[in-house]
Amino acid sequence: MKKLSARRRHPLAALVVLLLALAATGGLYAAFAPASKAQADDTAQSLAIDEGKKLYAVGCASCHGTGGQGTSDGPSLVGVGAAAVDFQVGTGRMPAATSQGAQVPSKKVIYTQAEIDQLAAFISSLGAGPSVPTEADYGPEGADIAKGGELFRTNCAQCHNFTGKGGALTKGKYAPTLEGVDPKHIYEAMQTGPQNMPSFPDTTLSEQNKKDIIAYLHAVNSDETNNPGGLELGGLGPVSEGLFAWIFGLGALIAVAVWVAARTAKAKKS
Amino acid sequence: MSSQDIPEENLPAEQDHAHGSAVGVADEQNPFADPGLPPHEHRVQDIDERAAKRSERAVAFLFTLSMLATVGFIASYVAIPADKSVFVFPIGHLSALNFALGLTLGTALFTIGAGAVHWARTLMSDVEVADERHAIAAPPEVRAKVHADFKQGAKESALGRRKLIRNTMFGAIALVPLSGVVLLRDLGPLPEDKLRHTLWSKGKLLVNMNTNEPLRPSDVAVGSLTFAKPEGLEEHDEEFQNEIAKAALMIVRLQPDNIKDKQELDWSYQGIVAYSKICTHVGCPISLYEQQTHHVLCPCHQSTFDLSDGARVIFGPAGHALPQLRIGVNDEGYLEALGDFEEPVGPAFWERG
Repeated sequence: MKKLSARRRHPLAALVVLLLALAATGGLYAAFAPASKAQADDTAQSLAIDEGKKLYAVGCASCHGTGGQGTSDGPSLVGVGAAAVDFQVGTGRMPAATSQGAQVPSKKVIYTQAEIDQLAAFISSLGAGPSVPTEADYGPEGADIAKGGELFRTNCAQCHNFTGKGGALTKGKYAPTLEGVDPKHIYEAMQTGPQNMPSFPDTTLSEQNKKDIIAYLHAVNSDETNNPGGLELGGLGPVSEGLFAWIFGLGALIAVAVWVAARTAKAKKS
Repeated sequence: MSSQDIPEENLPAEQDHAHGSAVGVADEQNPFADPGLPPHEHRVQDIDERAAKRSERAVAFLFTLSMLATVGFIASYVAIPADKSVFVFPIGHLSALNFALGLTLGTALFTIGAGAVHWARTLMSDVEVADERHAIAAPPEVRAKVHADFKQGAKESALGRRKLIRNTMFGAIALVPLSGVVLLRDLGPLPEDKLRHTLWSKGKLLVNMNTNEPLRPSDVAVGSLTFAKPEGLEEHDEEFQNEIAKAALMIVRLQPDNIKDKQELDWSYQGIVAYSKICTHVGCPISLYEQQTHHVLCPCHQSTFDLSDGARVIFGPAGHALPQLRIGVNDEGYLEALGDFEEPVGPAFWERG
C-alpha cells in the first residue's frame, strides 16, 4: 500500500484513476442497466445520432445550416432521408468543394462507411425520408432484366443513354455514366433524386422496378458485360460507328494511298 | 512548276537528248516550246535482275499470305464457337469469332491489294507513252451521209404526210405520264383532324407507364418524374404506337408557389402538372427533366422548356410551348384528364395556324 501511495503524484496517476473509474462506471452500468434489446438499439441509435451531429457540425453545417435547415449555399436536409446522405457522401459528391459551378461531381470519398451511417442517422432524425436500401433491395435475386431494360428506356435512357453511358444536359450539367456505380447508390439516386435528377419514388417506380433496372444495368454496363463487337465508341450506335468508319477508316486508306504515291520506285532518287 | 524544278536535261537546249519525239519549237504564235517528255528513268528492278527477283518474291509472298488468311477465315468460322469471348489489349473483351473473322478477311483483302500495288510499281512496265488525240469532229463525208440518211428516214416514215398517225402518237406519249400523276393520290388522304386530337378526353385516368396502375396525387412527389398514358390504352393494342406517339404524358410536381404562369397553375392539381412529352420542334420524345431548374431539354436540337412558366421555350428552335393537359381528381381520388389538349401536340404543320 505504501508503494502505491508513494506513486500517487506520478504524472500518469490521474489517467490511471480516470480509466479505472470509467471502467467501473461502465461495468456497473452494464451490470445494473435494464438489458432489453430494444433499449440497447435505441442507445446505439442515439449514440450514432450524437456522433453524426458532431460530424455534421464540422463538415456540413457551413452550407446546410446548423440544424440542417439549409442556407443560400446548400438546400435544406430536413426529410431527405438516410438514403440521400448515403448517396451524396458515399459517392464523394458531399462535402462539395463549392456551391458554384454547374454541378457537384463525384469524387474521392473522405468519410468511412461508419461515419456516413452516423451522418445518415443524424439527418434522418431531422425528418422522415427514404432509408438506406439493403442487399435484398438491389441484389440480382428475382430481378427481371428484360423488364428492367424496358423501364430503363422509359425512365432513365433520355439522360443516361440506352446503356447508362451518361450524357449532356443544359448549361454544363450532365447525367453521369452509371458504369462502375455501386448498385446501392443507383438505388438511392432513383429514390432521392440527387441534384437535378428527378426522383423516382416507390409510389411511381416500385421497389421491384428499381431492382429490375439495376439488374439491366449490370447486364449491359459492367465488367461482366459481353460486348461481341469490341470498341463500343460510347454505346451511341450507328452514328458514332459510322463517323468512326468514315474518319478513321477512310482516313487510314487515304494515308496509305498518299504514302504509296509519295515514295518513288526509281533507282535514281531525285 | 518554276524553272528551278526542271531537270537540266529537259531544258530546251537539251531537248535533243530528250526521250519521246513530239518536241515543239518556239515561234511567233507559241512563244513557249513544248519541252516534250522527260527522259525515262529506270527502276532498280529494271536494271538489277536480283532486285526484280526480290520484288517477285515479295509480291508472291503477299498473295500467299492472302491465301493463308482465307484458309484461316474458313478455319476460324468452323473452329471458334460464336459465344466465346476473348480479351484483346486496346479493344477489351470481344467475341473471339468476330475478331478472327475480321482479322483474316481484312488480311486476305489487304494483301491482294498490297501485292497488286507492289507488282505494278516495281515490275510492270513504267515507260511513259504519249498518244495523240484525233480531231473530235467527224470527217465531212460521214456528216453528209448521216444528214442524207436522216432525211430519207423521215421521208420513208411519212410522218409529215400521214397526220393521223402523227397526232395519235403524240397523244399517246403525252397521256402516259398521267398514270404516274394518278398514283400520287396514295399520298393521301389528308389526316383531317387526327393531328389535332389525342386519346385524352374528359374523365380519362392517368395511368403510370411503369406499373400500369392509375396515379393518385399522393404518388407523385415534388421533384419526381413520371410518365403516363391514357386509361384503356394497352401496349399490345394494334394502334398503341400511333396513339402513344401523340398522347405520351410527362408528369412532374412543383411547389405551387414556384409556378409562375397563371394558366399552368389553374390547369394543375396541387402543383402536379401534366405536359405533352413530344417536342414541338420535330417531335422527339423530350423528357430530360432537371428537377432543380424545372427545365426540360430536348436531346435532338437542344430546345429547352421551362416547366415552371407554362413550358415556355427558353432556348432552341422549338416554336411553341409544350401543350399542357388539364388535370383534376375524380371521386375515387385518382388523377384524371379534364379534356383533351387544347392545341395540337408535337411539331407544327401547314394548317396548324
